[in-house]
Amino acid sequence: MKKLLTAAALLALTAGLSQAQTIRMGTEGAYPPYNFINDAGEVDGFERELGDELCKRAELTCEWVTNEWDSIIPNLVSGNYDTIIAGMSITDERDKVIDFTQNYIPPAASAYAALSADADLKGGVVAAQTATIQAGYVAESGATLLEYPTPDETVAAVRNGEADAVFADKDFLAPIVAESGGELVWAGQDVQIGGGIGVGVRESDTELKATFDKAIQSMKDDGSLNAMIKKWFGEDALVF
Amino acid sequence: MFASCADPSSLEGLGWLMCYLTSGKHMLFYSSIGIVLLLLLITAPIALAFGFGGAVAARSHFLPLRWFGKAYTSMVRGVPDIIFFLFVPIAMDQGFEWLRHKVKCSDWDQPVWQGNDFVVCPAAKLPLSTSPQWIHETYGFFLAVLAFSIVFGAFAANVIHGAMNAVPRAQMETAEAYGMSHRQAFRRILVPQMWIYALPGLSNLWMILIKATPLLFLLGIRDIVYWARELGGSKTSHFDYPHPDWRLYYFLALLVFYLLMTSVSERVLRRITARLSHGQATLGGEQQRKAAR
Repeated sequence: MKKLLTAAALLALTAGLSQAQTIRMGTEGAYPPYNFINDAGEVDGFERELGDELCKRAELTCEWVTNEWDSIIPNLVSGNYDTIIAGMSITDERDKVIDFTQNYIPPAASAYAALSADADLKGGVVAAQTATIQAGYVAESGATLLEYPTPDETVAAVRNGEADAVFADKDFLAPIVAESGGELVWAGQDVQIGGGIGVGVRESDTELKATFDKAIQSMKDDGSLNAMIKKWFGEDALVF
Repeated sequence: MFASCADPSSLEGLGWLMCYLTSGKHMLFYSSIGIVLLLLLITAPIALAFGFGGAVAARSHFLPLRWFGKAYTSMVRGVPDIIFFLFVPIAMDQGFEWLRHKVKCSDWDQPVWQGNDFVVCPAAKLPLSTSPQWIHETYGFFLAVLAFSIVFGAFAANVIHGAMNAVPRAQMETAEAYGMSHRQAFRRILVPQMWIYALPGLSNLWMILIKATPLLFLLGIRDIVYWARELGGSKTSHFDYPHPDWRLYYFLALLVFYLLMTSVSERVLRRITARLSHGQATLGGEQQRKAAR
């Protein structure tokens, strides 16, 4: 541990000497309102605003890159970018491979959306995005899991009848259900899974993790994080 | 793009569509067509060079070189393309970084593999994490070109190797009778004549290469497939231009694009075939000769 700390300190020193650090922020860009590509072709959404604010507070230069959800952890580990800020829930399985900062969104509800409120959620076919906590939950619930690489396709699967319901973060589904004109409705009960959403960093990047932890804490302390959550997810969203 | 597009929610019908199709995101979609064409234009000659080299190596009288040529063609041809496309860029990237790490940071005392993480010193990173995004994208594109060239080079090597064997032995015999050395006969007789035999195989490869370009998307390059999927997905009011699931139309556009590409290439390849058949002892060349008489 001590050796690690000296190494980290040494690294910090040399990095500080040579250049202002550029941090590459990896996101999916397909999960509105968390993160999406806006009509100008840029990364936008709650996490864009949050990430930019965190970088400002930590005095880092940040650059945004997008990556498929499926390979978002392997590409972080192999160094294509330095953080994952993509609506990724903190789970034990992921924590074994990468490290998470403290959460910037409290553990929020996941929900089912379907064409009718009495859809069969326990024995039917439920769509979820690959490698999400929701997919894991569906697999254990007894329903047949239908996995898709992007969140958008999970909703499309319900619309065209391939799946009975879609299971995802409620904050992602809420605008879709609200704007579907009655086509999609909530089904079943909301489910509480995951430990909130945090920034993912490489396990060897202890210094970066501490920096982001500090920045998130300062946003929690002055209430700006809560304001940002309310701005993007509505007045009823869970806050700290 | 247009001044009237400043507030898309007030637009309707054709005006909305005009603004929608000229949004910044659509411009990126259109420019990604250029990326595909660029990939084809860069990869084709490199793959052809790899193929020529591989074929010459496989014919070599020098045993290790012959082994290398044969191993290259059979190994790459025996592995599914998609696995190669996933493997080569990662392996190359880590290989390059490891080499740079050895050269630039000899005083680095930590292991390169720390559990799951591949960690090299900051100076050895490729590209440097401080470099702007376009350098990262160009580097990714370069790795993609390399992967495509290696795979298609192996196929081309096989085709060219076969074509070299297809040149009638009598032609080479005549060259020897004229007192040409091995090298001279190879350069003056074999290579000019083999192209017509290689062309059917090579044109096939070109078509496959065109159709393989969507694999770019797998390598994390934002090509037309990426943008078609991204633009086609249903959009809520978080976006300026909300719309339902339009992926069908976008993929239809891709279909038309690829059909157009292949039909144009077919026409060009037919002309090249006619050109190369000229004066050759093949069926095509014979027909040309008779028609001219």
